Amino acid sequence: MALLEVKNLGISFGGLRAVDNLNMSLEKGSLVGLIGPNGAGKTTAFNLLTGVYRPTDGTITLDGVSMVGKTPSEICKEGIARTFQNIRLFHKMSVKDNVKAALHNQTKYSLAESILHVGSYKAKEKEMDDNAMEILRVFDLDKYADTLASNLPYGKQRKLEIARALATKPKLLLLDEPAAGMNPNETAELMQTIELIREKFDITILLIEHDMKLVSGICEYLYVLNFGTELANGTPDVVLNDPKVITAYLGE
Amino acid sequence: MGKKKKFIVNAVIAIVVYAVMMVLLNQGLLNRQMKSLITPICTNVMLAVSLCLIVGFLGELTLGHAGFMSLGAYAGALVTMNLDAPPYISLTLAVIVGGCVAALAGLLIGVPVLRLKGDYLAIVTLGFGEIIRSVVNSMKITGGARGLSGIEKMTNYNHFTVVYILTLIVIIVVSNLVNSRHGRAVCAIRDNYIAAEACGIPVSKFKIMAFVISAFLAGMAGVVYAHNIGILKPANFDYNTSIEILVMVVLGGMGSIRGSIIAAVILTALPELLRDAADYRMLIYSIVLIAMMLFRNSKFNAALIEKKNEKTIAKFQKEGE
Repeated sequence: MALLEVKNLGISFGGLRAVDNLNMSLEKGSLVGLIGPNGAGKTTAFNLLTGVYRPTDGTITLDGVSMVGKTPSEICKEGIARTFQNIRLFHKMSVKDNVKAALHNQTKYSLAESILHVGSYKAKEKEMDDNAMEILRVFDLDKYADTLASNLPYGKQRKLEIARALATKPKLLLLDEPAAGMNPNETAELMQTIELIREKFDITILLIEHDMKLVSGICEYLYVLNFGTELANGTPDVVLNDPKVITAYLGE
Repeated sequence: MGKKKKFIVNAVIAIVVYAVMMVLLNQGLLNRQMKSLITPICTNVMLAVSLCLIVGFLGELTLGHAGFMSLGAYAGALVTMNLDAPPYISLTLAVIVGGCVAALAGLLIGVPVLRLKGDYLAIVTLGFGEIIRSVVNSMKITGGARGLSGIEKMTNYNHFTVVYILTLIVIIVVSNLVNSRHGRAVCAIRDNYIAAEACGIPVSKFKIMAFVISAFLAGMAGVVYAHNIGILKPANFDYNTSIEILVMVVLGGMGSIRGSIIAAVILTALPELLRDAADYRMLIYSIVLIAMMLFRNSKFNAALIEKKNEKTIAKFQKEGE
C-alpha cells in the first residue's frame, strides 16, 4: 500500500479553483517531485497536505489514516513534516533550540516539571540535547549549535529548516523549493544532503522545485501541475520531454 | 556546564541581595521612605517578570496587566479579611486564591487572544483591564469606589523575607519555564507561529497557557501589593498602571528577565528618590523610551550588531578550517 494517497483533492477560494482533482500516490521510501509553472498550485497542494488549508473536496490518507480536517500540529504528529518556500526559522532562538522546539512531541515532560525543573526534567532535557546534536551533526551544523538561527548564512538556514523538520520524526517530508536562491554549488550540496537524508532516515520525500537539474537528478517520479490541475505524471525523462509540459512552462 | 555556572551566579546574586537588604533593615540604615519602597519594588519586579512572559516570550502586546493584578489583590485581600487563621497561613492562602482568580481571568482573555494579533489584541486587553476596573468599582464586596480598607499589612518591610521569597518564586517560575520544553514552544510561536504549528506545537494551547501563567503571577503580585498598602482602590489599577509595567518590560529589553528586573527596580525607585522632580516623571519616561527606540534603530546600533555577527561567523569559519 502506498504511504500517501491523495484522491480528487481540490480547494476553492471563492471563485478561484486553486487546486482541482489532484491525485497522487507515493510509495514508501520514494522521492517524488511536484513541478509546474508559477501559480500552478504547488504550494497550495502542500498547504492542503499539512492542514494549513482544509480541502473543499477529496481525501488525503497517510498510512491509511485520513488527514482531512486535522490541524497542522496534529498532522505533524501523524508524520508529515515540511519546510517552507520562504524560510521560516525560529530566528531569535539558537540553532540547537530550533531543533529542540521541533522535538516537542518526541520527548515529553509535564508543565510542573518545566516550571520546577524537577522529576524527569534533567534526564529528558539531556536526551533532547543529544538527539538535537545528533541531527545537527548529520547536517554538519553542530558547530553552530549555540548561534542564533538568524545569524546563519542562507544555505545553512535552509539546511537547518530541513533538520528541524526531520526532528519531528516524519514518515513523509515535504520540501518546498529547497534550492530557491541557491547558487549551483549550494544546489549540488543540497542534492547530496537529500541523498544523505534518504539513507539515514528511511523517509519518503515529496519536493517542489524549479531547478530542473535537481529535479531530473534526484526525483524518481514527477507530478506536473498547471492551473491547479494535474498536467502529467511519470518518470522524469518521460515527463520533462512531454510536449504538454514544455508548452506549460515555455508557452507555444 | 554553562548552565550550572549561570545557576550558581544567580543563586549567589539572590543571596547577596537578601543579605544586604537584611543588614540594611536590621541596622536601621534605611530611612522610612526607603523602607516603604521595598515592597513596591518587589511587586513591580513580579509584575514586570510576569508580563515579560507574554510580551517578551510569547510576543503579544497586552495592556491589561493591571486588571490581573487587581483581581489578585482584591481576591487575596478578601481572603485574609474574612479568614481567621494565623497570618502567614492566611497570606499563603490569599496568594493562591488571588493567583487562581487572576488565572481564571487570564483563561477568559486567552480566548480572544487566539483570534487577534498585535494592535487589535492590545486594544482588547486594554478594554478588558478597564472592564475589570469598572466591575470592581460597582461591586459591594469590593467596597466600590471607596475602596477596600483595613487589610492587614502582612507584606510591608517588616516582612521582607516573605516578599522576597514570593518575588524569587515568580522569577524562578518564569526563567525555568523559558528554559524548558513548554517555554521553547512559546518562543517558537513568537518567532514564527506557522512554523511552530508545522513542527507539531499546538499554538492555541500554548498561547492560552502563557496568558494563564502570566495572569497567575500577576495575581500573586496583586496580593503582595494589597497587603503592603492596606487599602485598595479601583483607581489604582487603571490603564496607566498597565502601561507602567509594560514600560519596564520594554525598557528591560523585551525577552530579558534580568533586564525586566533591573528596569522594574530603577523605574520604581527613581521617581521616589527624585521626589522633587516627580512632576517630570512621565516626561522622563517618554524621553527615555523615545531615546531607546531611536538607539535601537540607529545606524550605530546596527553597526554594533553587524560587528558581533561578523565575529561569531569568523570564529566558526576559523574552527571549520
